[in-house]
Amino acid sequence: MTDLALSPPLSRPWGRLALRWLLFTLLGVFALFYLMPLFVMVTTSLKSLEEIRTGSLIAFPREVTFEAWKTAWSGACTGIQCEGLRPYFWNSVVLAIPAVLISTFVGAMNGYVIAQWRFRGANLIFSLLLFGCFIPFQVVLLPMARMLGILGLAGSIPGLIFVHVIYGIGFTTLFFRNYYVTIPSELVKAAKVDGAGFFRIFWSIFLPLSLPIVVVTVIWQFTQIWNDFLFGVSFSQAGTQPVTVALNNIVNSTTGVKEYNVDMAAAIIAALPTLIVYVVAGKYFIRGLTAGSVKG
Amino acid sequence: MKTSVYAAVSAVALTVAAPALAEPQAEVLHWWTSGGEAKSVAVLQEEFAANGGTWTDMPVAGGGGDAAMTALRARVLSGNAPTAVQLKGPAIQEWYEEGVLADISAVAEAEGWADVLPASIAGHMKCEGNWCAAPVNVHRVDWIWANADVLAANGIDMPTSWDAFNAAADKLMAAGITPLAHGGQAWQDATVFEAVALGILGAEGFHKAFVELDMDTLKSDEMKAVFDQMRKMRGYVDDNFSGRDWNLATAMVMNGEAAFQIMGDWAKGEFLAAGKEPGKDFLCASTPGDGFLYNVDSFAMFDVDGDDKEAGQQLLAKLIVGKNFQKVFNLNKGSIPARTDVALDEFDSCAHLSAKDMSESSENGSLLPSYAHGMALRGAQSGAITDVVTAHFNSDMSSDDAVQMLADAVANSM
Amino acid sequence: MTEWLERHVPKMVLAPSFVAVLIFVYGFIIWTAWVSLTRSRLLPKYEIEGFIQYERLFASPRWDTAMSNLVVFGVLFIVIAMVLGLLLAILLDQNIRTEGALRTIYLYPMALSMIVTGTAWKWIMNPGLGIENMVRGWGFENFSFDWIIDPDMAIYAVVIAGIWQSSGFVMALFLAGLRSVDGEIIKAAQVDGIPTWRIYSAIIIPSMAPIFLSAFIVLAHLAIKSFDLVIALTGGGPGYATDLPATYMYAMAFSRGDIGQAASSAMVMMAVVFAIVVPYLYSELRAKRD
Repeated sequence: MTDLALSPPLSRPWGRLALRWLLFTLLGVFALFYLMPLFVMVTTSLKSLEEIRTGSLIAFPREVTFEAWKTAWSGACTGIQCEGLRPYFWNSVVLAIPAVLISTFVGAMNGYVIAQWRFRGANLIFSLLLFGCFIPFQVVLLPMARMLGILGLAGSIPGLIFVHVIYGIGFTTLFFRNYYVTIPSELVKAAKVDGAGFFRIFWSIFLPLSLPIVVVTVIWQFTQIWNDFLFGVSFSQAGTQPVTVALNNIVNSTTGVKEYNVDMAAAIIAALPTLIVYVVAGKYFIRGLTAGSVKG
Repeated sequence: MKTSVYAAVSAVALTVAAPALAEPQAEVLHWWTSGGEAKSVAVLQEEFAANGGTWTDMPVAGGGGDAAMTALRARVLSGNAPTAVQLKGPAIQEWYEEGVLADISAVAEAEGWADVLPASIAGHMKCEGNWCAAPVNVHRVDWIWANADVLAANGIDMPTSWDAFNAAADKLMAAGITPLAHGGQAWQDATVFEAVALGILGAEGFHKAFVELDMDTLKSDEMKAVFDQMRKMRGYVDDNFSGRDWNLATAMVMNGEAAFQIMGDWAKGEFLAAGKEPGKDFLCASTPGDGFLYNVDSFAMFDVDGDDKEAGQQLLAKLIVGKNFQKVFNLNKGSIPARTDVALDEFDSCAHLSAKDMSESSENGSLLPSYAHGMALRGAQSGAITDVVTAHFNSDMSSDDAVQMLADAVANSM
Repeated sequence: MTEWLERHVPKMVLAPSFVAVLIFVYGFIIWTAWVSLTRSRLLPKYEIEGFIQYERLFASPRWDTAMSNLVVFGVLFIVIAMVLGLLLAILLDQNIRTEGALRTIYLYPMALSMIVTGTAWKWIMNPGLGIENMVRGWGFENFSFDWIIDPDMAIYAVVIAGIWQSSGFVMALFLAGLRSVDGEIIKAAQVDGIPTWRIYSAIIIPSMAPIFLSAFIVLAHLAIKSFDLVIALTGGGPGYATDLPATYMYAMAFSRGDIGQAASSAMVMMAVVFAIVVPYLYSELRAKRD
């Protein structure tokens, strides 16, 4: 990483110090803005229902209790079963991992072809794939349901994986294509002269270079798929509902008594995997983006 | 005679023989997911299991069933319909017209539903003469709830006319109490609106406007008066009402911040859950005016393949209308049983009032479907009306404009 | 044979995706176009009835609100998120020791779905429960922040939450861009004594043009698809003051059983997407062919 701290070498030390303070104040204020909802969620989840009813919502809990977290994980009612998020969490894992892996792989292959094995019409195909990113998902629900029925995948986890892979193609292809386009095409030419074929070149040249962009794509896809509600609610059936549907069942019940602390705890639990991914892989995310995916 | 004997025999044959032949199976799509509701439905599941059935739960909450309806459409289009679905109002007939509902007349006739259900409610459960849905409960929508202490302290009785309500509200305003606890969500605006409309238009006018969509009534001066009253109601609401959940509004009444709330009888559940007693801590009465607006939850059975699933549907339908479930479920839910021959000993005074009013209004023709809760009209039309109601309530639109917009919106929704 | 195979392998690799997108994107758009010409209600029907659904759509005041909201929301959301993202990226790029933590804080909202954060935002913006109440509690009695309950201002409340969710991602894009600017040029400029702000405005920012484009596309697609955001925050209210085309379409298709109407609104939405995306694709792909 190039060091780009742009401080004019000749500034007076006092001015610099003031600027530095201003900088940190600004960054701090923004950090507060970004943290505010999380703060509300976390503190609410640690309060008792009684305290939520009586106290201010934006305040530290007077008495910390983890009861709501326990309920959200294994006791909240999501229907007649009151087993919390636990069973649904597993569905999401089983669904998200293959969907992310497959769509990343498909994107890598597509990007490789479009960037390095140009043929007539390749750009047109790329545009068509990209436009697919923009289709509002509400539009495709009904025809997709019909198709899944025809394919015999209705209501199943493979069906959901299939849907997520299809609508992930656009973005994954975009990411890999923009990354591979920065790799000199002489590399492929030289490898071809050496007698390496299409897949050999991919495996031994491109794949080893791909780690940064794989990270970006995996983060993006995992976020999209894990947080998806619309496909999850439409293309699942009893037993295959993902965690977002269960969360919705806990949070959005209409005519029942609301337990806000459980709602918030459930919300945080459901979001934990994506949060962890961002915290752990955030550094690589920026690095991956730097490495070319956004250079156009 | 012949048919009913046949039906009785087949139903008996089913219930007796079913466990041996095909174990009853049911995948049930519903949106009752909160703790209290879940407990209520669990009663049904237990009975179902006790009769040898296997219940697969498919809960989808959100938006008063919107999300569940999204899932339902996708399931039906993919040829993978759930066995039984929480459906209500004209939507039942609409789905029947799409040719995807099963006929449960055999059970209905064997169990004698026609004799125990009020005629207008039974009407909702029939599609072209066949029984196609099973009713669970009767929610009354036109309730007004009040904090007993607040009323007593300000010398106010439960209002019996809208003028009396306005007078009481003005008095409360002067005393610094929010007269009406309300949550600014479209469906809650519509709930208040239809209670006001019932009071001002009367039962007949309500039927003309919101069941027949009679243009003259929709554009009438009485309808303008309804919007005038809505404008007054807007003034009786506190500043922060927008987007508030209905139960938070109920809590305002409970702790004395507000005096009244107009809401269906699920609000009673909130009072009871907080340990309040009807008649002592809080009061219930019908909103000013004659009539009874009902919101009936029911289950429709979808066309499915397989003896086990069909057996499941028959058994489920039978249990839903069965006396035990009707009693236990409604005790939990705040509503009253749909069948009229259930003993109400264990129910509270509000439920008794509801049951009494229901049978009276059933006789004098003022037992009416709630438009706001999807009992009276197709979704496109009730939605169009709600759009106008909520737009008027949340702006400074005049009653004349509102009435014109209402007529236009209804015409555009056909 | 193997030579033929070798030559056609790239096309064969791409073919499945191509076919899938042809069916599941373009086929479905055609399907929607067809249904928009019918009287479909609860379930799709296929008898063509003409343009009645479009007439109904354009006669609906709610649709007008949704479209003008899309303009307001889209423009503000995209512009502010970009400016804020760029600002944050520049600030973070000043050799901050806590950069890692701050970056994660700015980025995490992207990881959460609005189903999760909607309630928290609803509380924060509610005048009686959230910020207004808190600041008044500190003694500033005249402080007012009640956008979410004001039909004329509520859409701006939605913009705030939208920006909160997406600006971190834009920040990441720009930060990556800043890191890949050629350090030599900047050093040379510094040696020449050019002030910092000039280095940014004249050298660094112009060199990130492609990133602006990427950020624009990501944000535009989020704006057009915005759905969870509105549902969770305002439910479209007060009244239908914060309705967007995506929520309008969903309401018609799934809560009102008016699928024909929903399809016509979807087609109009798609036309908007088309008008925005096609010029981008055109410029993007032309520029790349060097």
